[in-house]
Amino acid sequence: MTLLAIRDLRVEYTTVRGTVAAIPELSLEIGAGEAFGLVGESGCGKSTLIMAIMGYLGRNGAVARGQILFEGRDLVTTDSETLRRLRGGRIAIVYQEPATALNPSMTIGRQLMEVPRAHGVRAPAEARERAARALADVHLPDPESVMRRYPHQLSGGQKQRVVIAMALLANPALLLLDEPTTGLDVTVEAVVLDLLNELRQKYGTALFYISHNLGVIAQVCERIGVMYAGRLVEEAPAAALFARPRHPYTRGLLASLPRPGADKRSAPLVPIPGVVPGAGGAPESCGFVTRCAHARPGICDLRPVPMLAAAPGHGVRCARWAELPAPPPVAAPSLTNRPVLGDGTVVMAAHDLSRVFPMGKRQLVANDRLEMEAQRGHVLALVGESGSGKTTFAKVLAGLDVASGGSLRVLDADVARRPVRRRGAAEVAAVQMVFQNPDGTLNPSHPVGWPLARSLRKFGIARGRRDIEARVAGLLEMVRLPPSVRHALPRQLSGGQKQRIAIARAFAGNPQLLIADEPVSALDVSVQAAVINLLLRIQAEHQTTLVFISHDLGLVRYIADEVVVMYLGQVMESGPVAALFDPPYHPYTEALLSAVPVPDPTIRSARIRLAGEIPSPLNVPKGCRFATRCPRKLGPMCDETPPPRRAAGPGHRIHCHIPLDDLRMVEPVFRGAS
Amino acid sequence: MSGLLVSAAESAGRPRPGLLRRLPRSGVAMVGLALVLFWVVLALLAPVLPLADPNAQDYLAMAHPGSSAKHWLGVDPLGRDMLSRLIWGGRTVLAVAPTAVLAAYAAGIAMGLLAGYYRGWVDVAISRISDVILSFPVVVLYVILIANIGPSALNIVVAVVLASAPGIARIVRGLTLSLIHQEFVAAAYLRRETDLFVMLIEVLPNCRAPLITDFCLRLGYTTITIGTLGFLGLGLPPPAPDWGGMVKQATSMITVFPHMALYPAIAIVTLILGFNLLADGLTELSQAD
Repeated sequence: MTLLAIRDLRVEYTTVRGTVAAIPELSLEIGAGEAFGLVGESGCGKSTLIMAIMGYLGRNGAVARGQILFEGRDLVTTDSETLRRLRGGRIAIVYQEPATALNPSMTIGRQLMEVPRAHGVRAPAEARERAARALADVHLPDPESVMRRYPHQLSGGQKQRVVIAMALLANPALLLLDEPTTGLDVTVEAVVLDLLNELRQKYGTALFYISHNLGVIAQVCERIGVMYAGRLVEEAPAAALFARPRHPYTRGLLASLPRPGADKRSAPLVPIPGVVPGAGGAPESCGFVTRCAHARPGICDLRPVPMLAAAPGHGVRCARWAELPAPPPVAAPSLTNRPVLGDGTVVMAAHDLSRVFPMGKRQLVANDRLEMEAQRGHVLALVGESGSGKTTFAKVLAGLDVASGGSLRVLDADVARRPVRRRGAAEVAAVQMVFQNPDGTLNPSHPVGWPLARSLRKFGIARGRRDIEARVAGLLEMVRLPPSVRHALPRQLSGGQKQRIAIARAFAGNPQLLIADEPVSALDVSVQAAVINLLLRIQAEHQTTLVFISHDLGLVRYIADEVVVMYLGQVMESGPVAALFDPPYHPYTEALLSAVPVPDPTIRSARIRLAGEIPSPLNVPKGCRFATRCPRKLGPMCDETPPPRRAAGPGHRIHCHIPLDDLRMVEPVFRGAS
Repeated sequence: MSGLLVSAAESAGRPRPGLLRRLPRSGVAMVGLALVLFWVVLALLAPVLPLADPNAQDYLAMAHPGSSAKHWLGVDPLGRDMLSRLIWGGRTVLAVAPTAVLAAYAAGIAMGLLAGYYRGWVDVAISRISDVILSFPVVVLYVILIANIGPSALNIVVAVVLASAPGIARIVRGLTLSLIHQEFVAAAYLRRETDLFVMLIEVLPNCRAPLITDFCLRLGYTTITIGTLGFLGLGLPPPAPDWGGMVKQATSMITVFPHMALYPAIAIVTLILGFNLLADGLTELSQAD
């Protein structure tokens, strides 16, 4: 039975530059109890669609044409009173940012009780009981105490669970989810996704799940629509979509993600050229024609392509779908047979390195006796949830912060206690950094060529106008940007272009060591691959050591030579990438791997889920840091005694009380496809 | 790939015009600009216009001080030509107000940058001194200052700097606090830039938009201040023409000869209105992005 049917929908915004069709034409159907996923990059109209369904388009937006039929009623023409009763009743929504979805001045209990009371429950006691039951449904421990708390007393993951509880309180037929796990750590994300699957089974609620993350969608949805430039370009059952993607855009998205088991040498990422067009910026014909490698003039650029049936239930909006060559098979992963690069020189070595922030009488332990080293030309990845101390280490290494104890050798000098100001010019040039946020990385007041020229001058690489100009052009060429771009201001560039400039800036002083702190996490999927490829190519050419900080284990497996897994300021496990992704694992590594949303529904990962969230670094557990959440905890020993460091193989160390032989018995996390 | 590069290269050639160059897009700002320019042009032309000497007394006109062919706007209680005094008076306002505000900006920006950049005791010292100054009612502060150091153009500038710099410092400090945590500042440290460079080249240019608006508003306030001081007898020493002083001189005759107070009052109002509308327009433009 069809629950939601969107027919020929056209949504337009009125702007100063005229009318823009954010959604030129879109049709889709969601059955009762079905989980439908909508994938698309930023600016493709996903959120506009949700706003149109909810009737929240705002003053300058309007449905210009088409119908949104919910249970047979057209929401476009429904009066506002009926719409108000439907919202929160039959249709509920969970937004990306749980912090803004909850009222900071009301207790969780009062906010939850508002829902049943708004929908006809008069007795406060009954409303209260329903609220408590909803909290128990989303597995929040001790619902009664949660009810009495204010939003700021809950963590991000807990808040999102409260929001889901609130959405489900009125027992809606349709739950809209707009990137509900995007701001959360992978471990927390995995728990929320499990929860959604479970609640759907229990209450038969249909899900309309919107995300840019194909992995997340693959974990939750039965049917998937791929959206590009305001149109649905492909629609298919989840298994069919991942097994045989038909549209070049879908294929491009999948090819730009690291597949499980793939690495940089066996299966390079294939980026989609160009950038995502803004609302109304795509051609009226096939919207993807400007970025499509298979586009043919006279076929693809003339008129809008209708949804064509490629197989039963599998629609594709591509005029040439039948002629497209089959995508090349994914090369068999061969992590163990990797050639060893570099000459084995140790470029960076941390020994017993700590960073402690005094907070009144207490201490915030951000880094605690870190041990790690990186060789010339290697990629060392630091992984861990937020709050594990990765960025603190990066700052100490770059000289933006100083260590409280221990040593940190870079090349031949100890820089642990020396910030940038107390390092020599060569030492500063040797360690450079690429930052996470493309919008903050460049000064909005200066043209993008300026920091490049400035670095060249400060490091004494080039002198005189001509020399500097030539070198700036060379740096831009290295990151595949035209020389004229140096006169542009940062706001005229896309996120990916800004990160390219940031990479060029970091390489201006010929660094020995480059720190990249989540360099692509803020970029669109199709752009990520291009930036990663670029970074790896330059890194290999210059034999630079790369310290790559990421929470994305799929990416880490693809890019890294060595991996350090951090938790609450300490190293849990470290070793070559091949050793790290197979047993024996540290239980924390195992949990992180299990949480990775794999963009392939045929791959079943072992379901290890972590309870709770990372403890406060102000109050760290006495024994093993991970003991409070460890699914394989042995007993009181884990709480009391710091774990031993066990050598599990060449260069592979695990900090755990569990004997290695027992850890070797653990089943591998990934089974299936490969 | 080429599509993306071409578009970036094309847009690179013509950066979006700055705030001041986009001014014509705001009607409000243009009205404000017209009012201000009206006075600026008159003030600039004062020496070449065929005006009477602003300090010469025409005893004959005092019997009939209203408009006449000789004195278009009449004469003041001492028989001096109103039109000439208005235009010459505008000249002093338009010289003193921007000088005072610019000086206040130099001081305020320095204080705000230092406080926001270094934090700690520098911030405490600067912020507490600012708080003390800001806790005085502005007019009382001016009266105390000018009454002690004596009325003169220079002392008006000194008084305006003392009274306005803390407010400017507060704006700059707040902006600095948020800007120094941006990654481009970390990138500047990673190429060994000095503190002064970071403050002046990395941080300050990004304070531009709010400061330009505030500058226009403050010009308006300072015009009020100069008028008020003149009215209180603490403006420019006589016989120099001064709008506030002209209103004051006319108050005793306001019921008989209202024009003597009305014209300088209108002059003050139009100039302040001009500055304020300009500020409104700039705010509107910077928010339209």
